[in-house]
Amino acid sequence: MDALVAQLQMQYRNYTASLYQQGFLDDQFTELKKLQDDASPDFVAEVLSLFFEDCVKLIGNMARALDQTGTVDFSQVGASVHQLKGSSSSVGAKRVKGLCVTFKEYCEANNYEGCVRCLQQIDIEYKALKTKLQDMFNLEKQIVQAGGKVPQVDN
Amino acid sequence: MAVGEVMRMDIPAGGDLTVTSPELHVLAVDDSIVDRKVIERLLRISACKVTTVESGAMALQYLGLDGDKGASGLKDLKVNLIVTDYSMPGLTGYDLLKKIKESSVFREIPVVIMSSENILPRIEQCLREGAEDFLLKPVKLADVKRIKELIVRNEADDCKTLSHSNKRKLAEDIDDTASPPPPSSSSSSSSSSDDSSVEDFPSSKRMKSELSSLL
Repeated sequence: MDALVAQLQMQYRNYTASLYQQGFLDDQFTELKKLQDDASPDFVAEVLSLFFEDCVKLIGNMARALDQTGTVDFSQVGASVHQLKGSSSSVGAKRVKGLCVTFKEYCEANNYEGCVRCLQQIDIEYKALKTKLQDMFNLEKQIVQAGGKVPQVDN
Repeated sequence: MAVGEVMRMDIPAGGDLTVTSPELHVLAVDDSIVDRKVIERLLRISACKVTTVESGAMALQYLGLDGDKGASGLKDLKVNLIVTDYSMPGLTGYDLLKKIKESSVFREIPVVIMSSENILPRIEQCLREGAEDFLLKPVKLADVKRIKELIVRNEADDCKTLSHSNKRKLAEDIDDTASPPPPSSSSSSSSSSDDSSVEDFPSSKRMKSELSSLL
């Protein structure tokens, strides 16, 4: 059982480190992990869950705002982008945040194609992050179930 | 007359000066559900009681400043610190800050502004209006710890100042206080001397006037 735990822990370390290396996560994610303890063991998962719900809502808003048959209200799109930028920043979702920065610029430039492209990319990106984090949380669960402790992995 | 009695008689309801229990009650205001969750946890982990609301309007309602109830129900609230996001729909954090500083009951409550944007004129504007501090988002544990220490230290200073002054008449204390009169900002212009106890907290006012002189 110790061998299994050690193997899982190594897998976990590598996987988490790769998320930082590939730019999915940044420093702020590490900060969130500091806030998790035995009293609040699911804090990070809970916050990320709220974040992903936020993504769905805000991306929906952006899509609707861009889907106007008349003139697009880019400030309306920009308002949702600003909100998504804020929440992605707060959870350490680095790639999503980066896309929001670009998206904001396209909004300010009233660049319709640019906005639509960003919207598509953000949709792909948050879903990819969601899957990656799901895998990470599953590894944590397996480690705990095997009787081990989840190692601390900072970027 | 006991020291405690003198202090409690003259302090507005927002300031119970028994700093024996360092647990602060913080009112956190943010329109983002993600940020509310994070700031709540940051504060709880820093041993604070937390109430979160999603708008400036709700914050005013909670404090009883929305005109409906006036200042009733105050005694149970005892908010020691307000932390608010700057950019919110409706009442911005800045608007909320102004309303709080205009209130004779709540103006002594420290207000900290949070923003994802590092805009110097914005920061200066908030500090001029009486904000205690300005935090750049995303907020980290170290930021919250620093703020908490600042607030607890200020409250302790205020306590010390009053225990020294209890031997003198409060009127003399106002004259003797070392801090310069606050420069003309909206918060000080509304602090006409009907609320003389405001002058009994020279440390927080002094910091604000020092800050203002730097701007």
